Amino acid sequence: MSTSALADDLGAIVGSRHVRVAPAERATYAMDGLPTHRRLPDVVVLPGTREEVIAVIRLLAVLGIPFVPRGAGTGLSGGALAEEGAVLIVLTRLNRILKVDAANRSALVEPGVVNARLSAATRPHGLHYAPDPSSQTACTIGGNVAENAGGPHCLKYGVTANHILALEVVLATGEIVVLGSPGGEPWGPDLVGLFVGSEGNFGVATRITVRLTPLPRAVRTLLADFMALRAAGEGVSAIIAAGIVPAALEMMDQSCIQAVEDSVYAAGYPRDAAAVLLVELDGGNTDAVIAETESVIDILRKSGARSVRSAANEAERERLWQGRKKAFGAMGRLSRDLVVQDAVVPRSALPDVLETIAGIAARYRLVVSNVFHAGDGNLHPNISFDATDEAMRVRVELASAEIMAACIAAGGTITGEHGIGLDKLRYMPLMFDAESLGAMLAVRRVFDPEERVNPGKVVPVHACREWTSAHGRGLTDPGRKPGVGPKPDPVGLDTGPKPRDPGLGDPRAGARGQLVLP
Amino acid sequence: MTILEKVTALLGEGAVLEPSTDQVPRIAPGSPDAVALLLGTAHQEGWHVRIEGAGTWLPSDAPADLALTTRRLDRVPAVEPQDLTATAEAGIGLDQLRQQLADRGAWLAVDPPGLAGRTLGSMVATATAGPLRQGFGPVKDHLLGVTFVTGDGRMVQSGGRVMKNVAGYDLTRLQAGGFGAFGVIVLVHLRLRALPRADVTHVLEGSRDELTQIAEDIAASGLTPAALELVSPALARRDRWVLAVRLVGSPTLVSADEAGLGRFAKLRAEEAHSFWMRLAEGFAVRPVTFRIGGVPAASDELLDLLQHQVGDEWISAAPAAGAIRWSGDTTVDRLQRLRRTLAALEVPLTLERAPWPVRTAVGHFGAYREGAGPLVAGLRRTFDPGGALVVATDGE
Repeated sequence: MSTSALADDLGAIVGSRHVRVAPAERATYAMDGLPTHRRLPDVVVLPGTREEVIAVIRLLAVLGIPFVPRGAGTGLSGGALAEEGAVLIVLTRLNRILKVDAANRSALVEPGVVNARLSAATRPHGLHYAPDPSSQTACTIGGNVAENAGGPHCLKYGVTANHILALEVVLATGEIVVLGSPGGEPWGPDLVGLFVGSEGNFGVATRITVRLTPLPRAVRTLLADFMALRAAGEGVSAIIAAGIVPAALEMMDQSCIQAVEDSVYAAGYPRDAAAVLLVELDGGNTDAVIAETESVIDILRKSGARSVRSAANEAERERLWQGRKKAFGAMGRLSRDLVVQDAVVPRSALPDVLETIAGIAARYRLVVSNVFHAGDGNLHPNISFDATDEAMRVRVELASAEIMAACIAAGGTITGEHGIGLDKLRYMPLMFDAESLGAMLAVRRVFDPEERVNPGKVVPVHACREWTSAHGRGLTDPGRKPGVGPKPDPVGLDTGPKPRDPGLGDPRAGARGQLVLP
Repeated sequence: MTILEKVTALLGEGAVLEPSTDQVPRIAPGSPDAVALLLGTAHQEGWHVRIEGAGTWLPSDAPADLALTTRRLDRVPAVEPQDLTATAEAGIGLDQLRQQLADRGAWLAVDPPGLAGRTLGSMVATATAGPLRQGFGPVKDHLLGVTFVTGDGRMVQSGGRVMKNVAGYDLTRLQAGGFGAFGVIVLVHLRLRALPRADVTHVLEGSRDELTQIAEDIAASGLTPAALELVSPALARRDRWVLAVRLVGSPTLVSADEAGLGRFAKLRAEEAHSFWMRLAEGFAVRPVTFRIGGVPAASDELLDLLQHQVGDEWISAAPAAGAIRWSGDTTVDRLQRLRRTLAALEVPLTLERAPWPVRTAVGHFGAYREGAGPLVAGLRRTFDPGGALVVATDGE
């Protein structure tokens, strides 16, 4: 079927003005929040209702065409990019909050509802939606579900997976399934838990029941500054070991502090500090929050904090947080492009891993700024670069790979909240053996036997050991349609599909724990 | 060669325990690899295997060619008090695990029903959380990753050992509450809390209606109890219903919350311990135990429904979380009817514990919503292609 005929058929469902085929229009959707991957979708369709989504997916099922669901496109792993031959289904028009059930602290929303808008809408009920990714003023709940998004306040309140009670999902076949229940108890196995974080590989969530959290009655926000990164890391461990669970516990290093202070988001962080910690305590009981805040101040001082400042009022609290939440934006001042990296290490390994990262940055002559969820051990080493400088791009790629290897070696993982997408496919064999990757692919095929939803993401198919399903079909089934299943693992910094870089080696040969580099 | 001879040749005599009362050979592999070897062989030979932990939670009465018990998988390879994580093999008893964690100043904030020696793997596989779910969430919230062996002997790792992890699909959540239908859990990576410095329990007796209302008021008041549990008189061994509030954390936090409790009676430490212990063990005594999960506001209505359909002698409920656990003696017909009635209210019923004839007729799960049944069946085929694992998932 030609692209124009497909566009006509899609237009008959959603209205022709909600189908984009002109190159300039499609170019808007060629990237997400990560500037190192670029894919131009053939067709972009923006359905306006759940019924239109179902009709679009059913049409694509009949035609056997792969598709990629997308929210606001703020993802940081290249997860919402559509390959040539795939249709991009943009869900931002499905932006209705269908119900707020204040008594049961839940809400039913469409996938395109913007995260911060949901919290604003539930505020009059004394409730909010707790997961708060830095992109929360733009990112959608559907995208949060796909990526199992986190955020600073997930330390105390949990990540997206802890806040999704039920889902209505359209599978690739166009079938509708209902997972979970209004109270959050599964009907059998926890298919909601399995779906959240599946990066769009299992289907498209059209209705999402989220848990809402009471707004805390008391909040205290502290800023502590340290003259050594290691001391700040030790302060983090000391707070957690004392049995205190702050609402948020964030760290920024000197490079990040300076970028923020040079920007319009200047928050008054001390420029000469090696690191600052932003600690927030909250709860329903003001006396208890005040008492715990005193304990934290004491721990921070004992850990070597040069000064500990408490936000005197809401305006000051917002200013302190603005610096943190807009840090990625502020880093835009440092260079033309930015790779926001994501990895998790055991909290106690933070000081060592940060030193290792500084060493890697120096060796590759790159500026790496760290701003991260220290309480969870969730690092965001951000590499500033210029994408037009080919040699620099290669250095960024090599440094990223080394950072990932260092985090794995410390007992950590390659992503805590951004997902695998396209960007981290090649690191998956460092985390999981061929059998475990094969299990993931086999599960994906239960939901999407033809691998038509968001093909080529999450699981590096060539690194999987073959699983034969009960139907007797193996993963290397020669009958698979070309171009439908996942393509070989792309090579990091790309601007479009291209042949594998032979220098990366055969991923099938990549034994676990062994980093294959050019 | 008999099955027992083959298994002995495969795993050595040390893996063969005394047979169960039904004369089914009972095998205790000594390592995760041995579990994989055993299940791989079972798959090839067409043996049917039932899974047991310590044999204290699920009755060991499923018909099978052999029983696989995880009780020799009882090592704790890592406890990291600094990171508040631990890695433990699935067959360790929860009482032993708790002790080892406490020695390092760490705490697993889950208090499942059952006897103290119940295994970690059984708690994860059945996703049975106890009263602490009010403050610390369901079992899945305490898991960082698991390693499991599929019904055809493949060893699969999911998740990791760190606080946040979105690398790959979350197969850990599939295993938590899978009742072994998708494999045998052999290793668990746990998220811990610091051992609380203060841990107090207050109780109040009264009528069920009155206490449900008080529980709702407490939940709305901004207090953050670790447990807020409504317990029936028979289970609490008291004359009337009991509302128990458990507060844990730093002494300042706990005493601030205690001040807001009003007319509750504080239990002494040993009284509190035996109160919660009795509650947990009470659910391992009666023949049938199930849990249901509704929205908090429906708790009262659901308790009424249970009272009418199956009686309300042995009940423990978290009204503010919408979770209710029931135990007693009942029939397959009543359970099936109750599940249908609850399904119409969008409330799942999970059969946690029952004699095999009831389990196989009713199923641990059932009444799936639109389209979910084929997914569960597909996952079951994926992880146990030969149907080696004897698990009553869906009932008849």
